[in-house]
Amino acid sequence: MADVNRGKRPLSPHLQIYRPQITSILSILHRVTGVGLTLGMVLVVWWFVAAALSPGYFALVDGLLTSWFGVLVLATSVWALWYHALNGVRHLFWDAGWGFDLAVVTKSGIAVLGGSCALTLITLLLV
Amino acid sequence: MRYLTDRNRVQGLGSAHQGVHHWWMQRLSSLALLPLTVAFIFPFGQALGQGHAAVVALYQHWGHAFVAALFITVGFWHLAQGLQVVIEDYVPAKAPRTVLLVLNTLGNWLFAAAGIFAVAKIAFSA
Repeated sequence: MADVNRGKRPLSPHLQIYRPQITSILSILHRVTGVGLTLGMVLVVWWFVAAALSPGYFALVDGLLTSWFGVLVLATSVWALWYHALNGVRHLFWDAGWGFDLAVVTKSGIAVLGGSCALTLITLLLV
Repeated sequence: MRYLTDRNRVQGLGSAHQGVHHWWMQRLSSLALLPLTVAFIFPFGQALGQGHAAVVALYQHWGHAFVAALFITVGFWHLAQGLQVVIEDYVPAKAPRTVLLVLNTLGNWLFAAAGIFAVAKIAFSA
């Protein structure tokens, strides 16, 4: 009978007990950027649908996306995209069993943060 | 209390009854998105704000249209997979959890289809 204690297991301490560390912050950031990118993807589809419908409607949507607020949202999405992509690669390496040493985890985390900022700058300069 | 051993539970492929399928598909879509993201984001970013005619001309090119349609397809697939895990983690009550999971799946199909249809309409408008 393996079910004796199911549902009555001890709970782990709540999040606010722990000191923020680069590992936990980046992990949370991965999820936040992933969920946040929903908005970016919906905006991309809205833009394509507008372009397919009519030049007038496209001008409205394209104008919204290139307004200062639209650019702010899109630039944030670009950073979220690169962060999520690079940290995703970090996750794929972990899935393969590589890079679990604490020192390596810290280094790869810093590399992902720096790399995502660099790629964001490059993207914004090129477009 | 169910009289199930842990061995028996695993043989039923776990609580979702599909074993590691979802996990594996999530890695697969993430891998596909790496080159697709690079191929999609630069032409898209350059087309932003260039006006309707320029955007239509760009995506009438089959390569750009194909990459955009594929990015939208795999992107929403990956989004649905990720959001599903988030919902499963944070919404324990059965009814809202089921409603959210259904909305998540259908919503992502809706946006993916809309995006693919729009790109195709532009691509074939030449």
